This record gives sequence, C-alpha cells and structure tokens, in this order.
Amino acid sequence: MVTINNRDRVDWWEGMTVQELLDELGYTYVLITVTVNDALVAEEDYATHLVPDHAEVTVFHLAHGG
Amino acid sequence: MTASASEIFARNVPGSTQILGGSTVAVAGCGGLGSNAAVALVRAGVGSLILVDHDVVEASNLNRQHFFQFDIGRGKPDALADHLRAINPEVRLELWRLMLTPHDVPRLFAGADLLIEAFDGADAKRWLIEVWCRCFPGRKVICGSGVSGLGNSEAIAVRRSGNIILCGDEASDPSQGLCAARVGIVANLEANLAIEVLTTEKRHGDDQQP
Repeated sequence: MVTINNRDRVDWWEGMTVQELLDELGYTYVLITVTVNDALVAEEDYATHLVPDHAEVTVFHLAHGG
Repeated sequence: MTASASEIFARNVPGSTQILGGSTVAVAGCGGLGSNAAVALVRAGVGSLILVDHDVVEASNLNRQHFFQFDIGRGKPDALADHLRAINPEVRLELWRLMLTPHDVPRLFAGADLLIEAFDGADAKRWLIEVWCRCFPGRKVICGSGVSGLGNSEAIAVRRSGNIILCGDEASDPSQGLCAARVGIVANLEANLAIEVLTTEKRHGDDQQP
C-alpha cells in the first residue's frame, strides 16, 4: 500500500515507478513536484524511480506566484 | 536620527533576535511574494538577505508589491534594498539583478541557510526546487504556489515533505487577477515559515553542541 498526500491510498505492485503511480492516480497536471518518503524525485527520473511498498508520496501542485 | 537594532527589535519574541540576526535567507524573485516576504524578514531581524530579480518596477506592480511611485523604472533588487535599509540600516544585502538560471544557484546561494522561492512562473518553480534540493540537500526551500484571485481564504494552506515546504492554494492562475491581501498572506506565510525553520533548526543545533 502506498499513501499519497497523507490521504489517498493505492495498492502497491512490484516495480511500481513514480510515473506509473501518477498515471494510476490520473494526475495529468504537468506542473508538479513529487517526493517519495520525503526525498525529491526529479521529473527526469519519474519513469525509472521505484516506489517502495508502504511509501509516503507527496505530490505538490505548482501554481503561479504573484 | 537612526534607531539602533536593539531599539528596532525591542518587542521581538525573546531569544529570536540573535538567531535571526545571524541568519541568511535567499529570496528568488522580488515581486509580490519576494518583496513582501523580504520586508517581513527584515522586520523580524533576519541579518542577511540575498535578493535576486531581473525585472524593473512597473506601475502595475504597485497593487501588491512593496514598491512605490518613485520606484517605477528602477531594478527591483535595488529599489527593495532601499526600503529594507530604511527599516534596518544594518541589514546585510546581496543584490543580483539577473534572470536566475540553474547554473547560478550553487554560486549565488551557497551562503544561504534557506531559500524563499518567490518566482512568478510555475515552470521555473519546479527547476528551482529541483536544483536547490540537489545542490543543498540539508537546507529547506519554501515555495509559494497559487496566490491569485480574491477571497478563497480557506484554500491557502501549508504542506511539507522533506526539505520542501509549500504554501498557497496550489491551483489559482494569474489570469484571475492579483490582490495585495491574498498575495501578502502567502508572502508572509513564506516569511513566517522561514523564521520558524531558522529558529527551530538553530535552537536544535545549539542543543547538539557539546
């Protein structure tokens, strides 16, 4: 089980990547920043970075400033 | 007559002035978020700021940014520096009038205890967060995300993970227009979080001393 934003839960599977998790969640908003267990994952690594079972994932939405 | 630091900070929270006076905060962007956050930090007693912005003050900035009629046409870091020194003449300021690139981050911000990310554009926020976390893995970055529109006060929140702290509504778009009160809330939230991090970490660091 993986927890997202301290709220949503997704069943974990062997080999789960950040990108696969985002796809599973239906996150299509392009401007996001993701951490897995409090460590930032760079966008270029989404397709290869493995999400471990019981991970706490945070997805921040980046919107404009002022 | 110029007031001394001890007079300016006489009403500060006990124990905070010395910690903040020895701290350096980098502020990336001196617009609605950065200019107002910088003012709050200097009023709190932060001793050193690194200010970066490539822009000049325009009339349309005056509805929310800490600038005045006589600043129009001036570079934002220089104009802001004058206002900050008018609060505390002893504040130490590093001013960079340039368009920040990933290449600049390790050089310009090496001496900063933490970063206030105060860019306009959401795409630039992402690379700045990534580069900061890669260059300075033990230091916090405080981001402003979503400040536009009116009201909607309950949507403004703070979320944290690792060294990233993000505040704002995470949704609004500047096409909605911008209002000083709402931008100022997020700017002051960023400053408040910076003060919280500095006072907490430095107190904790002192406790670790032999």
